[in-house]
Amino acid sequence: MKTDIYESKIFKVSRRDFLKSTSMSMTGLLLGINLSCSDTSKKLVGNPDYIFSPNLFISLNGNGDVTLIAHRSEMGTGIRTSLPLVMADEMEADWSRVKVVQAVGDEKYGDQNTDGSYSVRMFFTPLRKAGATVRLLLEQAAANEWGVDVADCKANNHEVFHSSGKSLGFGYLAEKAAALPMPAEGSVKLKEPKDFKYITKQSSIVDLRDIVTGRAKFGLDNNHLPNTKIAVIKRNPEPGAGLKSFTSDNAVKVPGVLKVFTLDAPGFPTNFNKPLGGVVVVADNTWAALEGRKALDVTWSKGINADYNSLAYNGGMLNHAKAKGKVRRESGQIDKGLTSAKKIIEADYIVPLLSHTPMETPCALAHVHDNVCEVWAPVQDPQGVRKSLAEALGMDQKAVTVNITLLGGAFGRKSKPDFVVEAALISRTMGTPIKILWTREDDIQHDFYHFPAAQHLKVGIDENNKVTSWLHRSVFPPIGGTSDANSKEASGAELSMGMIDLPYAIENVCCETHESPAKIRIGWLRSVANIHHAFAVGCTLDEVAKARGVDPIQNVLDLLGNDRTIDFNSLTSEFWNYNEKLEDYPWSTARFRNVIETAKEKSNWGKNLPKGSGQGFAAHRSFLTYVACVVEVKVDANNKIRIPKVDYVVDCGVPVNPERIKAQFEGGAAFAASLALKSEITVKNGAVEQSNFHNYQVGRMSDSPYETAVHIIESNEKPTGVGEPPVPPFIPALCNAIYAATGKRIRQLPVRLT
Amino acid sequence: MATYQLIVNGESREVEAVPNTPLLWVLRDNLSLTGTKYGCGVAQCGACTVHLDGAPVRSCSTPVSAVGNKKVTTIEGVSSGESLHPVQQAWMDENVPQCGYCQTGQIMAAIALIEKNPTPSDSDIETAMSGNICRCGTYERIRKAIKRASNAAAK
Ligand code: FES
Ligand code: FES
Repeated sequence: MKTDIYESKIFKVSRRDFLKSTSMSMTGLLLGINLSCSDTSKKLVGNPDYIFSPNLFISLNGNGDVTLIAHRSEMGTGIRTSLPLVMADEMEADWSRVKVVQAVGDEKYGDQNTDGSYSVRMFFTPLRKAGATVRLLLEQAAANEWGVDVADCKANNHEVFHSSGKSLGFGYLAEKAAALPMPAEGSVKLKEPKDFKYITKQSSIVDLRDIVTGRAKFGLDNNHLPNTKIAVIKRNPEPGAGLKSFTSDNAVKVPGVLKVFTLDAPGFPTNFNKPLGGVVVVADNTWAALEGRKALDVTWSKGINADYNSLAYNGGMLNHAKAKGKVRRESGQIDKGLTSAKKIIEADYIVPLLSHTPMETPCALAHVHDNVCEVWAPVQDPQGVRKSLAEALGMDQKAVTVNITLLGGAFGRKSKPDFVVEAALISRTMGTPIKILWTREDDIQHDFYHFPAAQHLKVGIDENNKVTSWLHRSVFPPIGGTSDANSKEASGAELSMGMIDLPYAIENVCCETHESPAKIRIGWLRSVANIHHAFAVGCTLDEVAKARGVDPIQNVLDLLGNDRTIDFNSLTSEFWNYNEKLEDYPWSTARFRNVIETAKEKSNWGKNLPKGSGQGFAAHRSFLTYVACVVEVKVDANNKIRIPKVDYVVDCGVPVNPERIKAQFEGGAAFAASLALKSEITVKNGAVEQSNFHNYQVGRMSDSPYETAVHIIESNEKPTGVGEPPVPPFIPALCNAIYAATGKRIRQLPVRLT
Repeated sequence: MATYQLIVNGESREVEAVPNTPLLWVLRDNLSLTGTKYGCGVAQCGACTVHLDGAPVRSCSTPVSAVGNKKVTTIEGVSSGESLHPVQQAWMDENVPQCGYCQTGQIMAAIALIEKNPTPSDSDIETAMSGNICRCGTYERIRKAIKRASNAAAK
């Protein structure tokens, strides 16, 4: 994980270069612009065929139509709306005149890898500058036209106004602005937050109407290539292992089946970008492909994980967690602290393998022809896909075009290119465009799973009722193990997601790990290692509160200590701040305290509830966003858990798109409830035992919160992401609520009350 | 292969398919009606929901041979041009979708519910929608949108 996930690829293009390419490049893009709508009165329009493209992201034609490039992938966060809104706001464009066009995968756009909840964090300021630069050019063009000082000209809603009241339209000014030199970087002034028109205001997503009418295009919805065939693959149930033999006699008899052939298996570790191989069935239509696959007779080879049984493996991890391990953070003297403690809290936590199961399974349309490769696919990392395709096909990246469709959910699964590579390899063999379908069975049995994890926590409380010692051991196979057999122990980045970033002022702290080699493909799932760490830490804190005899929220505030920023780099050399410097994004206990105290107030914490109901609390900072969460549960006589109410308080800096922030938290709560209450992947003899939603269960309406109130802290701090941060604190808050309602401690997921 | 005359969104359409082909793939592959989605193929998720004579069915588990002369309605057929079905409008007003993938199936299930029961209670909604999964977790807004559509219909 270390090198190619979080640490290097994010900054392939540095912010400086990005700024240069957005504010200095005059080349721009030639875009297909819709010339339908035009201003007719006063001088609003210019030459309609003229396109002013001052940077890669923004273009304006003589009609006044604005095209903004969305370069991040849309998987449900609203990013395809939020970042264009930022540009439109700074540019003073009228949002109704804006068309959003999805970029292809290309390094010229800077980072496009849509994961890690950093789209807004990374691009808010650069895209504001890009928009503001265009605004300034338009104002300058108007000033020149009138022969007045630019200081007296102000852009407002698609026109530039002079202080005398006269105005010129953006369309009219486009060609004139294009003739101007780029303003010096220092002369570009960003708006004052009070002048924002779209940023921090409510707005709907650009694809809303297409979605509700069924016109939105997801991965398999492009039918524009004639002669497209459908492919499915039968893969070894033990991921990465090979094929012994097969017969296709019956498969080829299925009407519509065109060809059956094999793709090589990668072995294990599989690598992130390599397909799993298997037997490919290509047919005229989807049903024929599926029926053909059913008719295959295949004998698989055993691979190196043929003896992998998840139950035994997890038990082994737990045994390790109980023994002294490799120290990853240490302050004070943990052994002494624990031996001299008056009270000890000790608990073990287990989280199973979990699958992403986005509603849209992995899929792609690929066409390899005439030494080029074109794909249309729902991918989070289009540049990574492009690179993987070029490698797999032996082509130059320039010959590969990755078009990004909407993603029908992703949660981390679609940051891997394996399924797109499959489609391209098959297309090359067939000589026709190929759509690859992963059935739900394929998806659940061949995912990049969330790590299974075992943790052991031991906390000491002294005679003054003070928490003096905190021992945390976390054992799980690192993501790096999916590509490198030598990567056997959690990385510093993985531990900085909820373990070694423990913010509490405790004298003796020790964090330890053990090796645990990956036996199946492990990948990052929405909020990654924060899932299991926040679960264990949040539940343990609740046990500590009980042992101390103090209210759970007060307990956390006590432990947090004085307001300060924590220099984690001095506490451990392995600390990772989500690729940001601590100077730029400090760990502020004051912001953490604020969300916690606000949650206490907003949730009506401690309110009277009937028997069988309870409130639970947890707070967690992840992806640089501070979140506190109170969950209310109601457990009925049949042990059915209901969640009538959730209160979230979030401090994500400037709330760029509050409507979508709320949506991410509502959805994040439902996603986390689903993980905690329903889902579990188990493996027997190297093969995943679950296959579809009947046995890999996910949350439905009745499992999800009835009402999620999202309280957003007003802030002018730099904005940080919201896609993943809702998930981590929810699970411990839920489990603590279950304890409050039933007296039962939950230390293993999924929650089982019987 | 057999030939079927289907009535889809009010139009007669001739399709060639083997009899056990799920209606889902006939709609998507033969008729290019891609608003109906695949999510599980085994009647577990509701992404493929369409109406047969107004009743919601899982098209992934409905063989084309079983359709007969029942009227098939897909998301593409519930409204036309600029006008939206009140349930679609309610979905827009509540900003329900996140990724959007499950939403056509959700809307088809919700339309069928409201047509049968114009003022559904919370538990009616939960029952009617229990077969539709949304991994983005838009359930709260789905419930709100159904109530909004139901109120609009009651007016
Ligand atoms: S695809 Fe038909 S119910 Fe899931
Ligand atoms: S909106 Fe994404 S699955 Fe429902």
